[in-house]
Amino acid sequence: MTETDITAHAARRILVLDGAMGTMIQQHKPGEEVYRGTRFADWTSDVGGNSELLSLTQPEMIRDIHTAFLEAGADILCTNTFGANAISQADYGMEGLVTEMNAESVRLAREAAEAMSSPDRPRWVAGGIGPTNQTASLSPDVNDPGYRAVTFDDLAKAYGEAARALVKAGVDVLLVETIFDTLNAKAALFAIDSLKDEGLDVPPLMISGTITDRSGRTLTGQTPEAFWVSMSHARPFSVGLNCALGAGEMRQHVRTLSDVADTRISAYPNAGLPNEMGGYDETPEETAAHLGEWADAGLVNIVGGCCGTTPDHIRAIADAVAGKSPRAVPATVRRLRLSGLEMFEAPGTSTEDAA
Amino acid sequence: MSGVANFINIGERTNVTGSAKFKKLIMEGDFATALDVARSQVENGAQIIDVNMDEGLLDSEKAMVTFLNLIASEPDISRVPVMLDSSKFEVIEAGLKCVQGRAVVNSISLKEGEAAFLEQARTIRRYGAAVVVMAFDENGQAETAQHKYEICRRSYDLLVEKAGFQPWDIIFDPNIFAVATGIEEHNDYANAFFEAIKLIKADMPDTHVSGGLSNVSFSFRGNNAVREAMHSAFLYHAIPLGMNMAIVNAGQITVYDDIPEELRERVEDVLFNRRDDATERLLEIADKYKGTGEASKKEDPKWREAPVEKRLEHALVHGITDFVVEDTEECRLRSEKPLHVIEGPLMDGMNVVGDLFGAGKMFLPQVVKSARVMKTAVAHLLPFMEEEKRQQGDTSAKGKVLMATVKGDVHDIGKNIVGVVLQCNNYDVVDMGVMVPTEDIIAKAKEEKADIIGLSGLITPSLDRMVEVAAEMKRQGLDLPLLIGGATTSKKHTALKIAPEYEHGVIHVDDASKAVGVVSKLLSKTARPVYLSEIAAEQEQMRAGDDRGGDRPTSPLMQARANAFDGGWDSYTPPAPQTPGLTVIDDTEVATLRGFIDWTPFFATWEMRGNFPAILDDPDRGETARELYDNAQKMLDRIESEGWFNPRGVVGLWPANSRGDDILVWTDETRGKLRARMPQLRQQRNKTRDTAQMCLADFVAPEGTADWVGGFAVTTGPEVHEIADQLKAEGNDYDSIMVQALGDRLAEAFAEALHARVRRSLWGYAPGEELDNTGLIREQYRGIRPAPGYPACPDHTEKRTLFDLLDAPAHTGLELTDSCAMWPASAVSGLYFSHPEARYFGIGRIGPDQVSDYAARKGMEIAEAEAWLAPSLAYRPDKSSADRKIA
Repeated sequence: MTETDITAHAARRILVLDGAMGTMIQQHKPGEEVYRGTRFADWTSDVGGNSELLSLTQPEMIRDIHTAFLEAGADILCTNTFGANAISQADYGMEGLVTEMNAESVRLAREAAEAMSSPDRPRWVAGGIGPTNQTASLSPDVNDPGYRAVTFDDLAKAYGEAARALVKAGVDVLLVETIFDTLNAKAALFAIDSLKDEGLDVPPLMISGTITDRSGRTLTGQTPEAFWVSMSHARPFSVGLNCALGAGEMRQHVRTLSDVADTRISAYPNAGLPNEMGGYDETPEETAAHLGEWADAGLVNIVGGCCGTTPDHIRAIADAVAGKSPRAVPATVRRLRLSGLEMFEAPGTSTEDAA
Repeated sequence: MSGVANFINIGERTNVTGSAKFKKLIMEGDFATALDVARSQVENGAQIIDVNMDEGLLDSEKAMVTFLNLIASEPDISRVPVMLDSSKFEVIEAGLKCVQGRAVVNSISLKEGEAAFLEQARTIRRYGAAVVVMAFDENGQAETAQHKYEICRRSYDLLVEKAGFQPWDIIFDPNIFAVATGIEEHNDYANAFFEAIKLIKADMPDTHVSGGLSNVSFSFRGNNAVREAMHSAFLYHAIPLGMNMAIVNAGQITVYDDIPEELRERVEDVLFNRRDDATERLLEIADKYKGTGEASKKEDPKWREAPVEKRLEHALVHGITDFVVEDTEECRLRSEKPLHVIEGPLMDGMNVVGDLFGAGKMFLPQVVKSARVMKTAVAHLLPFMEEEKRQQGDTSAKGKVLMATVKGDVHDIGKNIVGVVLQCNNYDVVDMGVMVPTEDIIAKAKEEKADIIGLSGLITPSLDRMVEVAAEMKRQGLDLPLLIGGATTSKKHTALKIAPEYEHGVIHVDDASKAVGVVSKLLSKTARPVYLSEIAAEQEQMRAGDDRGGDRPTSPLMQARANAFDGGWDSYTPPAPQTPGLTVIDDTEVATLRGFIDWTPFFATWEMRGNFPAILDDPDRGETARELYDNAQKMLDRIESEGWFNPRGVVGLWPANSRGDDILVWTDETRGKLRARMPQLRQQRNKTRDTAQMCLADFVAPEGTADWVGGFAVTTGPEVHEIADQLKAEGNDYDSIMVQALGDRLAEAFAEALHARVRRSLWGYAPGEELDNTGLIREQYRGIRPAPGYPACPDHTEKRTLFDLLDAPAHTGLELTDSCAMWPASAVSGLYFSHPEARYFGIGRIGPDQVSDYAARKGMEIAEAEAWLAPSLAYRPDKSSADRKIA
């Protein structure tokens, strides 16, 4: 699996990302003892809810979930590593297991992918990197708005450790996802780029932000355009949105990103907005109808599902985009773009459009 | 000047090296005022703000970090990108770690050689910033045009070829130096800059050229008029050459055409080095213009002219702390108690913030900022409140809220925000963090003597944990209210699953901006019982709507119809109305309506249950009741004498017949053309007694016999809301509630009085009726006036037909909301039936057979009918999507 490989396939068709790992795990309703397995039976703190731990204690469960998504038609698997970083794992006292969690999670996804791959239909493994449970842009203490509970350096260190393990374990792509604070993500990109200094071969990067609500902004207040500009220096393989919104609410923001981003666009919404009981009601057909329409409208290159999406959703999504052309990646925008919470674009220079 | 539109304004006032004022603020640690400097830059049109903390006596790195972190919570500043300006790279790097946006670094240069330059460039690239490069190399700053260009070209090659920069992410600053300094070598500096722009743009067209504009006028410090003229003229000539950004004080550039001719000419002589005596000639006239600059034209912002409540609202919405203390003080002086300022204008302002936030028009950082303004205001009021407490001997402690994300859940951002907002409002917040086991929450609540517990959770399983906490609170005998929040929670889940586990109040709080309102109610001795009972009632209703413990037996609809009320139509002739059609009632006065008021419900509004007038003599509550009654009478006197309300109503009396369970309203007495169909519902309770199963249609004669129905809508008017709102805004909650309660009573009185008029004259079937108010209240008259949405006809949507028949919006100003509620709310509408045996009844529970029949008659989907009739259903409808269990 090489970069050219996925790039070539992405040029010909819309690639399908898998669905929600968390939703699938919850279907098993694992109890505390399932998370612990035999190895952590005596762990001193509760570990229930630590999904990434399951890669170590319940590898079959995780591999089976991957397989189910592959059978449904996913081209790209995301590893079970959303919270496999030292900051998130600190809640469980499991910082020391981060490297192992990432490596094992890659191995499980890789095994599932290899079993299903064929030369004309390769499957790729994306190393998932979640947002951590801290935010670098907001103060938790209003009396001290200048205070930060976590620093860029803390984040870069934690992300670096996770990304290093993912890259060494041989992922095809890195997926920095569910970005609610762009500064967190910048630390992730910084850490990933720094791996090059260690001589590591860093794979292509997928970046996916989260528009949290009807304000149409990230949690830390950025518009989708500003978010893209803040991420653009990484020149990623793709940029997109996931989580928080259903496809119906997400479309306008995907459209916005598609208008400004000179790279591929990914989108993997939730199965609708959560209902009053915290579940997701959108049927596979409903979600797929949205994403199929996005494909028709030329908005997307990579689609998949986030919270509440099952293999049935992915199957319906894969069917809905099958045979449809991927969005044509626009030419490089030759303008200075900066951002605060909003995008700033310098007016064009004399050679604009010459590219 | 075609280039002007392309010009980028970089604010320079947040620069300790360029602004003495800003430097003083930073040195003194007055960051709040320093933020205002940044804000005013953005308001004045800066598209990027330059931040510079290079001052020898300052910990520049720390000041940079603090200021940038503070800016991050000021959305009206942080909406624009930041230019990180320092000669120390460590300060720049510290700054790069604080900004989520894409910044510009200002600046790097070849001063220390290529290796250092490249290392810094690569670092900047890794942080994702654009870069300003000074025309500076190992030999110093370039002064001539050619040298400036050569350094820029060399830098460009390194940046693009070795550090991976895109050409358009490079900004050259080819050094603007001061002119008119008296030193001859300086005279050509502006010219050199102009020439350098041409060379750079010709060779590297995608790059940008910038400069520190205020340098050029450095010799004229203290003379703003001349400086502004120099800046303006400099830009006027540099922009067309390709300079497309500059670090400027947006408030310090005059309009080029506004520069007096004499001044402009001499300024341009200096810039272009057009004559040897250019400097002397400019100095000659400089004093003449002193004191006429833009800076002296500063004026007060417009919003300061609004009334104080609006000013506070503006300050809260925009997060401006400047005037909040003086405005709060102004409110305090005219309020009875300092607390009223919080409960009145401040909370009103926060409600506006909450509404804007809810509507997606404000976003989180702004709300947090609003909360800070609120805190400033509350901090001002606090000493007064303490003093008041001290005088009154009130020792009630400040509220303490214990917050935790439940076990198994590690999401706590939402909870932190709520904590922050509560802290702003001077509540003690004990935050237990994430993954907190139930037992720990309860132990801590006891230990801290918390007043309220707040639980947060984002993932689905957390819902069950919350239920567990509630049950454990009950088991351990706690009696403090429980707040539920977090993305996965809902009002419904709270009502259905959590509240039944715990009887001392479980309240769902759906966003941070509402938390303060809820907590303040819960901590108020007076508001708490009312609020908790409201919540309990609401939750009970939600539970009733969801689940009433299985289906109830109903008799089949056909059987119920066979058991209909018999109107005796063979031996009875319905009376024809004296005044058929519509009658608009616009002559009714409060003075008349007062006599028709039913006071028993009035006291119920004030949580005083008991019959009027007996309640006035109640041994326990009589005194309070009398005082309340007196105040109501005084308020009515004012309402009457000052003409506050203009009650309006409309009556319609139409030819009608029944057909099955439908009432048909005809266009005219020929009874050939249908004007409207009003489907009715019939009692379906299992027949246990030998009584009819009632339906309103039974009171109208079937086709073949002439009969009529009536309809009406009355309102006390929108003034009720306006006056109540105004009183509330003034912090007068008591009178506000009083006005609303009386508005409601007057609407009911209007309906009662109007019904009497209909019976006696408009319909006229009881011209000799003589009843006193007690008789009226006891309904000792012929005929009924049931209201849609009430037991005899529980379907609120029937109001739509009624309003249409009455043309109610045009005649009364009443409107129906989407849920068929009437607005203004002090209103009554209903139908009139004249049959001598017509009486009020309740439909009770109805079966699926009738719902499906009714839906067909209404032209509704069954599910829609079920939704409107939810409280009347004898069965559980198919699970709607909202109830579907989690997969």
